[in-house]
Amino acid sequence: MGKIVAMTGNIAIAEAMRQINPDVCAAYPITPSTEIMQEFANFVADGLVASELVAVESEHSAMSACIGASAAGGRVMTATSSQGLALMWEMLYVAASSRLPIVMTVVNRALNAPLNIHCDHSDSMGARDSGWIQIYSENAQEAYDNLIQAIRIGQYSGVRLPVMVCLDGFIISHSIERMELLDDEKIQRFIGPHVSYYPLLDTEHPVTYGPIDLQDYYTEHKRQQVEAMKNAKEVILEIAEEFKALSGRGYGFFREYCLKDAEIAILVLGSAGGTAQAVVDKLRAEGVKAGLLKLRVFRPFPLEELAESLKNLKVLAVLDRSDSFGAVGGPVFNEVRSALFDLKKPPKVINYIYGLGGRDLGLEDIERVYQELQKIASNGQITKLVDYLTVRE
Amino acid sequence: MVTLKELSQKEELLAGGHRLCAGCGAPVAIRQILLAAEDPVVLANATGCVEVATSIYPYTSWRVPWFHSAFENAAATIAGVESMYRSLKKQGKIPADKKIKFIAFGGDGGTYDIGLQSLSGALERGHTFLYVCYNNEAYMNTGIQRSSSTPLGASTTTSPAGQVIPGKMQHRKDLTAIVAAHNIPYVAQSVPSHWRDLTTKTRKALAVEGPSFINVLAPCHRGWRTAVDSAIELARLAVETCFWPLYEVENGVYRLNYKPKDKRPLVEYLKPQGRFAHLFRPENQAILEELQKAADHQWEKLLALCGEDQKNLDSQSHQC
Repeated sequence: MGKIVAMTGNIAIAEAMRQINPDVCAAYPITPSTEIMQEFANFVADGLVASELVAVESEHSAMSACIGASAAGGRVMTATSSQGLALMWEMLYVAASSRLPIVMTVVNRALNAPLNIHCDHSDSMGARDSGWIQIYSENAQEAYDNLIQAIRIGQYSGVRLPVMVCLDGFIISHSIERMELLDDEKIQRFIGPHVSYYPLLDTEHPVTYGPIDLQDYYTEHKRQQVEAMKNAKEVILEIAEEFKALSGRGYGFFREYCLKDAEIAILVLGSAGGTAQAVVDKLRAEGVKAGLLKLRVFRPFPLEELAESLKNLKVLAVLDRSDSFGAVGGPVFNEVRSALFDLKKPPKVINYIYGLGGRDLGLEDIERVYQELQKIASNGQITKLVDYLTVRE
Repeated sequence: MVTLKELSQKEELLAGGHRLCAGCGAPVAIRQILLAAEDPVVLANATGCVEVATSIYPYTSWRVPWFHSAFENAAATIAGVESMYRSLKKQGKIPADKKIKFIAFGGDGGTYDIGLQSLSGALERGHTFLYVCYNNEAYMNTGIQRSSSTPLGASTTTSPAGQVIPGKMQHRKDLTAIVAAHNIPYVAQSVPSHWRDLTTKTRKALAVEGPSFINVLAPCHRGWRTAVDSAIELARLAVETCFWPLYEVENGVYRLNYKPKDKRPLVEYLKPQGRFAHLFRPENQAILEELQKAADHQWEKLLALCGEDQKNLDSQSHQC
């Protein structure tokens, strides 16, 4: 048993970073993730970690320095949000394609314009094709647990990919929750020493990184990245098993709640999972066969597992905390709906865009979704494939 | 003192067989710099001619660890590498006696323009690394587009000499001065034609604690529209006309490394270059005059900074 504490998501992440003790962190302040590096800077200043903290002049340089540091050969972490992630965009691809296991906390926040500092998933969802593993967290405990597991997942020999651990801005990052911090020494034992592949600092064995790679090889290199992502699936589950032995807390690609016999269900990721769970409890008490699936791993996308889990439903609502302008519905909706396409009797699927720019999602909003699902389950009619929750139209 | 004999006995770290154009000034400078380095080096390279021509997968010309990441971030990338080196050294994860030097190469596009913020940040943070700008005064890799290093009047593909507009209408940026304003331990300008100047400066730059910077004018015959074998001669002319003075700023102290006995008129440098050909038409006379005036002004300013305006320095110019 570790230590039961009351802390915010940001502080929990900073504590995990202290326990991980990365060799280099390079970061730039941005709301709502600023506090993580602020707290970590205290650890550096007080000599509680051996890390070099590089306080760079932009997020582009933050990711660039992380890339250089990781290629040099060592453990590297950073954190950002929103515009910061957007400014890193170009370098996200370089990190993943250079197969560098950088671990980054993304405290989810809406993208400009107009300026908004509150939570939605536009930032990390926009980066979904950059080659990073993406793990979403429901609360501070999960964010902390995910970050520790991310270190192991990213550096795994068949994977060697960067990992993004996402948590909802303010809702998780700034809310104080009861959670457990594991012992420092247990964490160190769990993550083990960093393993470097072809480090730049090994000057006896020079390597060329980031060459020009044209029609004759580029496709094969991209194909290898796909393979690494595939391998990551097994590794994520394996590391989760080990983490369960350490902490007692089990993790998978997603968490099912009252789903086994459910006729209608919601699929959501991030902090809204807790809200939806409360509504399911209420509906179940009323005899409604409502279920919930809280998605944790979005990249690699657990297609077969989701299909298996959702196959008996009559109707499913996918909740997206970001929109995909010009597409039909949000990114989670599109991928989940596609995952169900090959089922013999796929459930009907609808999409709700919710919580943009921190718009609150109340119990009554989720109830409204379940009511709609009940209606569709009984009459088979979808009136709106994609709808918006709590919008003034 | 760096000697030719010493350099000739060292292994070339940029192997032959790369695909840079015959007559390119950049690899000449880079080879001199790498030959001058005495410790193992790790390199970061901005996107550009040197990067694409030396790393065509599955081949590489680099006999040292080399990282290309993107266009604008060679300084931030090498800063990350250097930070890891410091961290691992501090933690005893690499031997205390293992010395590595860190060098970033970027063209003028990657340094004067898109990489300026990244460079400024890395200089301010004080990482121990050498940044070398191989400055060919335009975006040569993408096909000769103007940069903020392109001189006034030069015709490039995005500042073409047309019927109405006679080439680039702005003066070049003085990046060496901007870097010097960061008050880093060592800043210099050099050219590949003056090998002893460049190799001596490289040694000095690599010896300091903290950032160092060398701005190397690297003639590009494709972009400058000159003879293929003219790079070294043009670099020399740039120095002799005081268009590209050789100087250094060591811990804030300016020193002129070479003062021509007979300062040549700028047209001698401009005339052989096709990018300036239109300036020799009568209607563009004023631009030529403006270029000479700007070069004179810059030279006078530099002489004053170096304390050379008070004394006659012929005897002190060191052997370049």
